[in-house]
Amino acid sequence: MATYQSLDLRRRSATTEPPPSVRGTAVEVAKLIDVSKCIGCKACQVACLEWNNLKEEVGVNVGVYDNPHDLTEHTWTLMRYTEWVNPDGNLEWLIRKDGCMHCDDPGCLKACPSPGAIVQYQNGIVDFVSENCIGCGYCVKGCPFNIPRISNVDRKAYKCTLCSDRVAVGQAPACAKACPTQAIYFGSKEDMIEHAQGRIEDLKERGFANAGLYNPEGVGGTHVMYVLHHNDQPQLYAGLPNKPQIADTVALWKGIFKPLSLGGIALAGVIAFIHYITAGPNEVTEEDVEHAKALTGGRDVS
Amino acid sequence: MTNTWMDIKNSDVIVIMGGNAAEAHPCGFKWVTEAKAHNKAKLIVVDPRFTRSASVADYYCPIRPGTDIAFLGGVINYLLSNDLIQKEYVLNFTNAAYIVKPEFGFKDGLFTGYDEVKRDYDKSSWDYEIGEDGFAKVDMTLQDPRCVYQLMKQHYSRYTPELVERICGSPKEKFLKVAEYMASTSKPDKAMTSMYALGWTQHSKGAQNIRTMAMVQLLLGNIGVRGGGMNALRGHSNIQGLTDVGLMSHLMPGYLNMPTQKEPDLATYMSSRGFKPLRPGQTSYWQNYKKFFVSFQKSIFGKAATAENDWAYNYLPKLDVTYDILRAFDLMYNGKMNGYICQGFNPLMSFPNKAKNLQALAKLKWLVVMDPLQTETARFWENHGEFNDSKPEEIQTEVFELPTTSFAEDEGSLTNSSRWLQWHWPGQEPPYETKTDIDIMAEIFLRLKTMYVNEGGAFPDPILNLTWNYQTPHAPTPEELAKELNGRVLEDITDPADPTKIILAAGKQLDGFAQLTDDGKTACGCWIYSGCFTDAGNQMARRDTTDPGGTGLAPKWTWAWPANRRILYNRASADVAGKPWAPQKPLIQWNGSRWVGFDVPDYGPTIKPEQSVGPFIMQQEGVARLFARTGMREGPFPEHYEPMEAPIANLMSPAIKGNPVARMFKGDREALGSAEKFPIVATTYRLTEHFHYWSKHVLPNAVMQPEFFVEMSEQLAAEKGIKIGGWVKVSSNRGFVKAKAVVTKRLQPLKVDGKVQHVIGIPIHWGFTGAAKKGYGVNVLGPVVGDANSETPEFKAYLVDVEPTTPPVTEPAVASVSSSKKQQG
Repeated sequence: MATYQSLDLRRRSATTEPPPSVRGTAVEVAKLIDVSKCIGCKACQVACLEWNNLKEEVGVNVGVYDNPHDLTEHTWTLMRYTEWVNPDGNLEWLIRKDGCMHCDDPGCLKACPSPGAIVQYQNGIVDFVSENCIGCGYCVKGCPFNIPRISNVDRKAYKCTLCSDRVAVGQAPACAKACPTQAIYFGSKEDMIEHAQGRIEDLKERGFANAGLYNPEGVGGTHVMYVLHHNDQPQLYAGLPNKPQIADTVALWKGIFKPLSLGGIALAGVIAFIHYITAGPNEVTEEDVEHAKALTGGRDVS
Repeated sequence: MTNTWMDIKNSDVIVIMGGNAAEAHPCGFKWVTEAKAHNKAKLIVVDPRFTRSASVADYYCPIRPGTDIAFLGGVINYLLSNDLIQKEYVLNFTNAAYIVKPEFGFKDGLFTGYDEVKRDYDKSSWDYEIGEDGFAKVDMTLQDPRCVYQLMKQHYSRYTPELVERICGSPKEKFLKVAEYMASTSKPDKAMTSMYALGWTQHSKGAQNIRTMAMVQLLLGNIGVRGGGMNALRGHSNIQGLTDVGLMSHLMPGYLNMPTQKEPDLATYMSSRGFKPLRPGQTSYWQNYKKFFVSFQKSIFGKAATAENDWAYNYLPKLDVTYDILRAFDLMYNGKMNGYICQGFNPLMSFPNKAKNLQALAKLKWLVVMDPLQTETARFWENHGEFNDSKPEEIQTEVFELPTTSFAEDEGSLTNSSRWLQWHWPGQEPPYETKTDIDIMAEIFLRLKTMYVNEGGAFPDPILNLTWNYQTPHAPTPEELAKELNGRVLEDITDPADPTKIILAAGKQLDGFAQLTDDGKTACGCWIYSGCFTDAGNQMARRDTTDPGGTGLAPKWTWAWPANRRILYNRASADVAGKPWAPQKPLIQWNGSRWVGFDVPDYGPTIKPEQSVGPFIMQQEGVARLFARTGMREGPFPEHYEPMEAPIANLMSPAIKGNPVARMFKGDREALGSAEKFPIVATTYRLTEHFHYWSKHVLPNAVMQPEFFVEMSEQLAAEKGIKIGGWVKVSSNRGFVKAKAVVTKRLQPLKVDGKVQHVIGIPIHWGFTGAAKKGYGVNVLGPVVGDANSETPEFKAYLVDVEPTTPPVTEPAVASVSSSKKQQG
């Protein structure tokens, strides 16, 4: 598995220069989630908590099986359950393991303004580097799958790492290891696509004419892929986007707006400097202090 | 399991009915996905709820809880009337051809011999006609109207698809589709497996539920073959081991029976255990009963068990009645049982009628709880508001908690569903002052013995003479105990032809139960476990994954009882001539001189096919019983009866509503509710996220399913004005619980006998200790009635009503006083 090793970077947020690498190109990895084999047992969710040493709160039941009710800074993967009556009138219980898709063209990384807070390794894994995160939340806006969550405690963004620490030493992600029915496969992206083809054939034989692989082009393909019984309707699976794309605002930010905004920042600096030279520094007057006291109910604000 | 977990991958059709393997046995369920992925298997789920098993099934059919016999009786009718059975198998390997006594009959829901007062049967008419040669009469043409085949055909002809639909609420076309899938495995080279669990056992006729499917499997020729079998999925890691070593009041290790008061001496006890073959030349392996029994007595009483004292038969208690848990709590409740050692068990929450259990425990003088966790039973006296409304100030029971190691902290073997005895080693040091169960029991025993030595007693002999040859008496090792279960030679055994020649030398560990004798020269703690720890070492500790032929049998991985046999009745995998029914999936076959193949033959290894020795060697007939002449209390053919609490009359036999031989104690019958007051059917179950009442003590599990809920259909919720996620009150005639409402399409109202019937589902995992939100014990609701054969409580089908309600009061009254004081301060 040495070729899966993930220390070498392909991309780094808010950084224009390509990261150096003397090592050979790594094989692209992928996690394949076979929704048709998944029994919704949540072993993956527990494995994720345990491996990453995450302590989630004991919540309440709100009338569904989804617990917690959404992804959080502690819950990086979540089983989402959908009850769907198919056109034949039969119920299908579609259970999808939600979490970071590790897009080949990651919207979060593109949107991130903090250098090195989000990186993509040569093997395709997209990882958050907490010490560089400024908690701005742009990654949340940039993600077409609504995955990252900002902690209320340390104001940093969190999401699935695809167990980059395990992959780096030749192990499959914790969720794949824990899955009792082998609904979660891990390996090279090429192998995963090939394996998926066999599964799709089996599903087609069982009457799922639209079975297919979810590996959306809009984000350059993903390093987490799904085998879906109804690949023509991904939205059935708890709102999995039909055609995910990086939001236009992020594309613009990285495109035309970036030089413009950089120019704007530079211009603001120049104007501030001229203002300082011509008008002098900004100073607090006694009226300002009185006004502030009134607002804070008399407490000393100095 | 007749087969093994891994063997499920060889199935062509997998039926999950009376269980929910994906949800309750997710790890084993991998073999279902394996069968689907690599053997093109079809998965069929029949369940009141659309479960997680159903979510990955090829076909799902709903059923009303407690009507499985009607459904499967309908399948038997379908198979017989369409002639979709494996004829050669049925003719040669079952008792289809046996002629039944002319006195035997069935009328108005009852078989011959019923005694209304005793609620029991005189079973003497349930037998074969015996010919002048002393053997059962048979008609191999199956034409005799008194042969089992004809009687069975007649009995189940009443189970029409129309009646199945009316009783079970399963739409006729769905029922027929399921029957069709099952029937597809009547081809000799196709196999169906039946995976079931508490969904079949926790009924007043649980054993008969299972038996009905066993009959279906026999008609289809699916017993003894790869990918077939009756596969009970055991719920606890060692619950198979519990029954194997006889941890029930009426059993001794290896499924030997505890003597009853009607058997005061060994001769009487053995008189009904001769097991003379009912057909010429049959094996009838239970003929060796005395060898197993005497070796057991030698194992536990050593030199004190002699031929002269009938192997210390008088040391054994003689039962007047069966002391199952329902009875034990009834005795406590009535003040007749004053002390209770509760080991690895949480009966306050897991046995019916929590209120009665609570009162029963409160009447004890002392309660000892041995458990790794703080169970509700150990804390029964605490008041937790509505969740456990006890009155601590009135309870005098002295409670001793003895913390034990968990499975991950000690050494020993666990017997799984596949009958594998798997040795395991501690994964970590036990915390604080915990001790193993073995050490605790040893110390209790040694102190008791000292008291008997010093003070005497009414009958000290069995205690004083109990074999206790452990190197450290207060801490026997798991290996020492395992060796005892395996058994050893006590005195040299010589060749009958040449007494100077020693075949088995004293001190040798036995190689297997075939070496047992009934003359006191061998000792064996549990005959079916003989072979697990031989002179070659601990067979249970083997970890060789070699799997010749890719059969999934892996014969060198641990050790399976009996005799390391992985698939029971495996002689039936080959036809009469000894050739495999399924050439692509052979198991064992006759090679001209021996039975050879992938498994240890469940048969004499050199018995020639032409000797017509049946493959079911434990039976006196040598064949499997479509007609059960012994063993079942309700009758030789399973018959549909309604659950003890049912929404409709018994459409099969209106005169008999519930199981006519189910036992009910005084007061418990009066506590049954009526369909007028409680019109909704309830069924209880387990969720993947939790393991009984244990895993709520574990944070991640508590996070996954934090709070007690009940499941109901959208239609029922609308009718009752219940909101998704809102609080509901579920009431039976015995009490109520409050829970959150999960409103779902996975439960649909059924059409039962033309009327809409609602079913709700109640998972059981919450209580008043642990990390999850506090919840009610679901056993507040269920009736106190057990299966007529096993006394397993009827938790899967009873009557309730539901209504919207307010959140429960979670704190005891005392807490509110202190909080109001706090406010004043």
